[in-house]
Amino acid sequence: MKSAIIIFPGSNRERDMVMALEASLGTLPLEIWHADTDLPKVDLIVLPGGFSYGDYLRSGAMAAYSPIINEVKNQAKKGVYILGVCNGFQILTETGLLPGALMRNSNLKFICKDVHLKVERNDTIFAEGYKSNDIIRIPVAHHDGNYFADDDTLRMLEDEARIGFRYCGPEGEIDVVNNLNGSCNNIAGLYNDRGNILGMMPHPENAVENMLGGTDGKPMFDSIHTGLVRLLG
Amino acid sequence: MSKITAKIVAEHGLSEEEYQRVLDIMGREPNLTELGVFSVMWSEHCSYKSSKKWLKTLPTSAPWVICGPGENAGVVDIGDGQAAIFKMESHNHPSYIEPYQGAATGVGGILRDVFTMGARPIANMNALRFGSPDHPKTKHLVSGVVAGIGGYGNCIGVPTVGGETNFDSSYDGNILVNAMTVGLANTNKIFYSAATGAGNSVVYVGSKTGRDGIHGATMASTEFNEDSEEKRPTVQVGDPFTEKLLVEACLELMATDVIVAIQDMGAAGLTSSAFEMASKGGVGVEMDLDKVPARESGMSAYEFLLSESQERMLMVIEPGKEHIAQAIMEKWELDFAVVGQLTDTGRMVIKMNGKIEADLPIDPLASASPEYDRPWIKTEPQEDFSLNENIFPDSYLETLKQILGSPNMCSRRWIWEQYDHTVMGNTVQRPGGDAAVIRVQGTLKGLAITTDCTPRYCYADPYEGGKQAVAETWRNITAVGAKPLAITDNMNFGNPENPKIMGQFVGAIKGIGEACVELDYPVVSGNVSLYNETAGNAILPTPAIGAIGIMPDYRKSVGVAFQGEGEDILLIGETLGHLGQSIFLREISKIEHGAPPKVDLVIERRNGDCVRSLIGDNLLTACHDLSDGGLLVGIAEMVLASNIGAKINDISGKTALVCWAYGEDQARYLVTTKHADQIIKRCKSLSVKVLKIGITGGADLSFADESIAVTKLKEVYEGWLPDYMVTIN
Repeated sequence: MKSAIIIFPGSNRERDMVMALEASLGTLPLEIWHADTDLPKVDLIVLPGGFSYGDYLRSGAMAAYSPIINEVKNQAKKGVYILGVCNGFQILTETGLLPGALMRNSNLKFICKDVHLKVERNDTIFAEGYKSNDIIRIPVAHHDGNYFADDDTLRMLEDEARIGFRYCGPEGEIDVVNNLNGSCNNIAGLYNDRGNILGMMPHPENAVENMLGGTDGKPMFDSIHTGLVRLLG
Repeated sequence: MSKITAKIVAEHGLSEEEYQRVLDIMGREPNLTELGVFSVMWSEHCSYKSSKKWLKTLPTSAPWVICGPGENAGVVDIGDGQAAIFKMESHNHPSYIEPYQGAATGVGGILRDVFTMGARPIANMNALRFGSPDHPKTKHLVSGVVAGIGGYGNCIGVPTVGGETNFDSSYDGNILVNAMTVGLANTNKIFYSAATGAGNSVVYVGSKTGRDGIHGATMASTEFNEDSEEKRPTVQVGDPFTEKLLVEACLELMATDVIVAIQDMGAAGLTSSAFEMASKGGVGVEMDLDKVPARESGMSAYEFLLSESQERMLMVIEPGKEHIAQAIMEKWELDFAVVGQLTDTGRMVIKMNGKIEADLPIDPLASASPEYDRPWIKTEPQEDFSLNENIFPDSYLETLKQILGSPNMCSRRWIWEQYDHTVMGNTVQRPGGDAAVIRVQGTLKGLAITTDCTPRYCYADPYEGGKQAVAETWRNITAVGAKPLAITDNMNFGNPENPKIMGQFVGAIKGIGEACVELDYPVVSGNVSLYNETAGNAILPTPAIGAIGIMPDYRKSVGVAFQGEGEDILLIGETLGHLGQSIFLREISKIEHGAPPKVDLVIERRNGDCVRSLIGDNLLTACHDLSDGGLLVGIAEMVLASNIGAKINDISGKTALVCWAYGEDQARYLVTTKHADQIIKRCKSLSVKVLKIGITGGADLSFADESIAVTKLKEVYEGWLPDYMVTIN
C-alpha cells in the first residue's frame, strides 16, 4: 500500500497528516514536492492543509496550476483515492476535481474550534469506519471554508448523495445555528461522482489521539487502511 | 555632503551629549548615513541604554540554562538532547499606528528570533493590553491586532496556544502587543550570532529590501503625540508566506554545516544585525550595498541600512560553501546574495556604487553604546485597604455574574478561536486554561507555556507586582502539572526620563529578580519597551512575563475543567482574604487604592511543589490556580470550562465572607479529586494548608445559601466580548 502527500511551500498541516497516516496505514507517505512533475503510482494521494502559495489570491487558486497538479488529476481519473483537507479541499475545488467553491467564512474571521459533523454516508473507503448518521467531533481551522455551489449543483450533489459530512449540533441538528461558516446545506465535506475523491474542511488528522483533540478522526484513516488492504488483496 | 545641523541630530533622536560622543568616536563629523546608523543603534530599543544597568541584576543562570539573555532568544535544556528556545518581544508602537501589520510583524519578528537559533517554532503566545472599551479606538485596535496575530501565525502554521488580554484606560493611547514564540532544537545544533573568521562571506537571504520601516526603532523609542498617525510609513508590512519559506529554508540549511553565524534582521534591519554579529565576534565587515536584493530602485545607502523590511536574515558562511546555501534558498525561491566579507579591521565599511558610504568603528557603536543611570523615585507603598460594610454585596452570585461579564474577566474565546491552536498536532492543553501544554513530538514530554502580569498590582506596588507576575506564571505552569524552568520578561513602561516611571521599572525588576532567585526560575531572554506614553499619560507598569515548564509525561497534565460529577473540590493554600487591588474592589466597588496581595515565595514554592506532586501521582482530575477575582471566580471558571455545576460551602470562619469569596491571596489552587483524604493527609504532612470546600455536579453553582444556573453565568461570560465587538459605537 503506497500513499503520497503533496507538499506545497506553504503547506503547514503536512506533519499532522503524516503522523495520522503512519499511525493507521503503518507506512510513511511519499512526500512529493509541488515543483515535481512526476508522481509514482500510489493508492492514495493526500492534499494537506495550509496556505499552499500564501493564498493571498483565492485559497488554492495558484496551487490548482502548480506543476504537480496535472499528475494528481491524471491519477484521479484513473480512480486513485484522493483526500483533500482544508487547503486540500480548496485546491480540489479550484482544479475542478470537486464542484463548487470555498468562500470566506460568513463571519469574515478565521475559525479554530472543535465542531460536530454528521456522517452522511459510510459506503466509501474514507468513511466505512463510521456509522451513517454518526455525530463526530473534530477541529476546524480555516478562514475560507464557506462552501458555495449554485442551486443546480447543490441539487445534483444531494440527489447523488455526494455530501460526506455536514456541520451540525451536538445532537445532530443541521440548522443555521450550527452552520459554522455559512456553507450551503451545511456542507463540510463532499465526494466526486465516483466516490474516490473526498474534500473536507475539518481536520480528521488532528483528532486521532486521546488528549490531543480526541479520536473521532481516527476511523477515517483506519477505514482507508482497511479499504486499501481489501482492494489490494 | 550635507552638514549635520543640531536640527538633524535632534530629528535622529540623539541628545547633544550623545552627538558629542559620536564626534569623539568618529574623530570627525559623521555623514548622514553614519548618523542614521548611530541613531538606530543607540535608540532605546536597540541599546537598552536606560534599562541595561538594572537588567544586569536579574538572575540568568541555572544548571538547565544553555544560553541566557544577549542572544536572539534564551535556550533551556529539556532533556534527551533537546532544548526549548524562547523569547517574548513587544511590538507596541507599530501596533497602535497600524494594528494589523504591527501585530503581524511582531509575530514574524519573534518567530525569526527563535528559528534563527536553530529551533523549529512550536508555539506562539501573546500578551495584549488595550485601552478602555469605551475609547473610540479600542474596538478597531482589538480587531486589527487579533486579526494580524492570527493572519501571520495561522499562515506560517505555528499554533497560537494562549495569552492574556486586559483593558485599561491607561493604554488608550499606547496599546501593548507582546508576542512570544517557543521553539524546539537539538542541543548540539544551536546557532549563535557571533561572526568569526576574517575572509568569511556575509550572506543575505530572504525577502528583498524596500523602503518600509525606516527608523522604526527610533519611533519605538519616543513618546507619542498628536502627529503619531504620520508615522504610519515606519510600520513594516509582513509576508507570512515568505517567512514560512524562510523557516523551512533556514532549518534545511542548518542541517548542513555551512553556517558560522546567523542573525535575523529585526529592528534597525541590516545595520543592527551586521553590527551585533561583528561586535560579538570581534571582527570587521565590508559590505557592498549594490549586492543587496532591492525591491525598488534608487534607494540610498541610508535607506538600505535603516530599512526594516521583514523576513530577512544575515549569515556568515565559510568561503567556498556559498553554493550549498544558495541551492537551498533557490529551492525555496528566496533571495540569496553574498553582500560582503568579514575583515580583521574592527570597522564596518559600507560601499555603494564604488564609493564608501559609511566607515564606522564597530565596538564603540554596538557594545559601548550609552548606558544611563537614570534618576528614580521609589513608588511609595500604599496602605492596606480597610474593610468596611459599605462594600458587602447583597448577593454574591449576582456580583459574580457581574464580574464574569466584565471586560477584564469575561471569556477570551472570541480572540483565541481566531488563532489556529491545533496545527502541528501536538496541542494537549488548549487556550483558556492556566497554561498551554504542547507535546514534544516523538516523546511523552509536555512543554507548558504561559504569559502573565497583573498591571494594577504593579502600579500599586511595582516590587510586589513584579514578584507576583513571576509567581503567577510559576503557578500557571505548576497547575497543569509541569515543572517551571525559566522566564522571558517583556518590560513595558512609560518614559524612563521621568523618575517616577524609572522607579516603577526599578521596583519591578527588583521584584522579578527576587522571585526568580527564590523559585530557581531564571530570566533567559527579554525585551524592554519604554516611552509608552501619550501626552504625558503613561501606561500602567506592565512587566509581562512569559514562562515555560516541562513535564515528563504530557498524559498526566490536567486542565481547569471539572472531569465529572460528585468529585470533591479542595482549596490548597491559605485564604486570609486580601481584598486590596482585587477585581471585586475594582469592578464592583470602583475602588482602586490599597496595597496588592503580597507573595510569600517560600509558601508559593511549598504549595506549588505539593500540587505538582499530586498531579504527577494522578491524584487530581482538574486544577486551577487562583488569581484575578479570587475563589469564587476561580470556581466559576472551572464550572464554565466543563458545564458541570458545583456546590460550595461557606466555611469562611472568622474571615468576612466578601474577603473569603473575592480576596486575591496568592499561592492558592483549586483542585478536584476522587482521593480527598489522601490529599489532605499529604498536604498536612507538607505543612500545606488545605480545605475541602465543596463538590462538583448539577446544573447550578451554589454558594452559601445562593444558587445560579450555569447557563446564566455562561451567557454573560461568553457574551461580553463578541457582543462588544459587533456593536458599532
